[in-house]
Amino acid sequence: MIEFKDVNKWYGDYRALHDINEHVSAGEVVVVCGPSGSGKSTLIRTVNRLEEIQAGNIRISGEEVHGSRKHLNTLRSRVGFVFQQFNLFPHMSVLDNVMIGPMTVLGRSKADAANKGRELLAKVGLAHKADAMPLQLSGGQQQRVAIARALAMEPPVMLFDEPTSALDPEMVGEVLQVMKDLAAEGMTMICVTHEMGFAREVADRIWFMDAGQVLERAVPEVFFTTPQHPRAAKFIADIRGH
Amino acid sequence: MLDILHDYGPLLLIGQYPQGPLGGLALTIILALVSLIASFPIAICIGLARTSSIAPLRNAALAYTYVVRAIPLLLLIFWTYFVIPLVTGYNISGTVTMVVALVVYEGAYLGEVVRAGINAVPKGQVEAARAMGMSYSQCMRKVVLPQALFNMLPSILNQFIMITKNTSLAYLIGTQEVTFAAYQINNQLLTQPFQVYALLAGFYFVLCFSLSRLANWLERSIERKRAGVASHRTNSEAEQPVLLGQAK
Repeated sequence: MIEFKDVNKWYGDYRALHDINEHVSAGEVVVVCGPSGSGKSTLIRTVNRLEEIQAGNIRISGEEVHGSRKHLNTLRSRVGFVFQQFNLFPHMSVLDNVMIGPMTVLGRSKADAANKGRELLAKVGLAHKADAMPLQLSGGQQQRVAIARALAMEPPVMLFDEPTSALDPEMVGEVLQVMKDLAAEGMTMICVTHEMGFAREVADRIWFMDAGQVLERAVPEVFFTTPQHPRAAKFIADIRGH
Repeated sequence: MLDILHDYGPLLLIGQYPQGPLGGLALTIILALVSLIASFPIAICIGLARTSSIAPLRNAALAYTYVVRAIPLLLLIFWTYFVIPLVTGYNISGTVTMVVALVVYEGAYLGEVVRAGINAVPKGQVEAARAMGMSYSQCMRKVVLPQALFNMLPSILNQFIMITKNTSLAYLIGTQEVTFAAYQINNQLLTQPFQVYALLAGFYFVLCFSLSRLANWLERSIERKRAGVASHRTNSEAEQPVLLGQAK
């Protein structure tokens, strides 16, 4: 469903992504982990072209992401993206945040968008916050609204860029629960996260990245018990040490 | 001074109206208001162009801004006054001349305000909008500009004060706004220039001071709104209805 082929990205002389060749199948949940600065966020941001790449290509359902910009907006509308910093629109109510995409991008009617919006807010457990403003919510609530906002576009793929890293510890669980529910429904997901418990429980496969390369790709049991690459082994030993 | 106000108050306030055209302070306010409103769309275009990723557009807007800001307003007024009839073949009134000159002038200054406002909206807002598939224009209209303009309100009001004071230059091309009225009164009285122009200064002061108080108040209420909103983040749910009530 998502294919990376020889993807390379440079910031000047710095090679941020190094010959990435991976694929994600429909319905698969891939967790990307690795130390800070390893290129995880850069990688996930190239999937909907928030970052440009300098070589290679990325295809979603066969469509090239980094080709002509002509259909980029349509393509992006089919890829949900959840940010570390939530990035809710602070001048709109929670419900309006969830409605704006379907209305402006998909041309849905206000009534349809509102129905769908309330349904999704109920799904993430925030039906009672529909009329609140985003900044009146806790971080965990905001991130759940952001997930609902992305889901409102009915995307076949969801990308999560460290969705719990900006949250207070007690709010991490509620966001991960929503993500677990999504995974259980069969959503295709790529998640960049440091939540190893989540990775172990939900991921179909784990990609371990360091220095812009995917060094290891494995199912969770194998990754956590018998990692092949020495840097992956060290990474796991380090997080165990905590 | 009070007797001047008594005798000439209406002239200062509304000119020769209703016998003649509307003038005085009323015309000053109208000039300033029309110029502000008319320069607004231009300022938005300039602000968008200055923040655009298209280099020619960015450079054109930059050139316009720099040229206009480096030219005295008076020169723009004279230019408009003499050039527009030459180009269009129509004679235009002093009022229209003044509005055109002020719009050109304010387009540059207000454009800078808009640019600053757009730049102040966090990058994540644009990313979130574009990531869900919004086009550039949808992203600007629905997400960036509403936030930018709201934050810019105090600056816009300050520009309005500048415009109000700048309208005084209109007397040079015979527009009968409040400065022109004072000029006429001084010509009739001959002996009391200090009092007449002090009165004029008083008129401007009252108008502009009230506007700047309004700008201050707006600024504070925006800050308060943001602070109030920020403090919600960690507040317990029970407190929210109370705080919501205060926000309204």
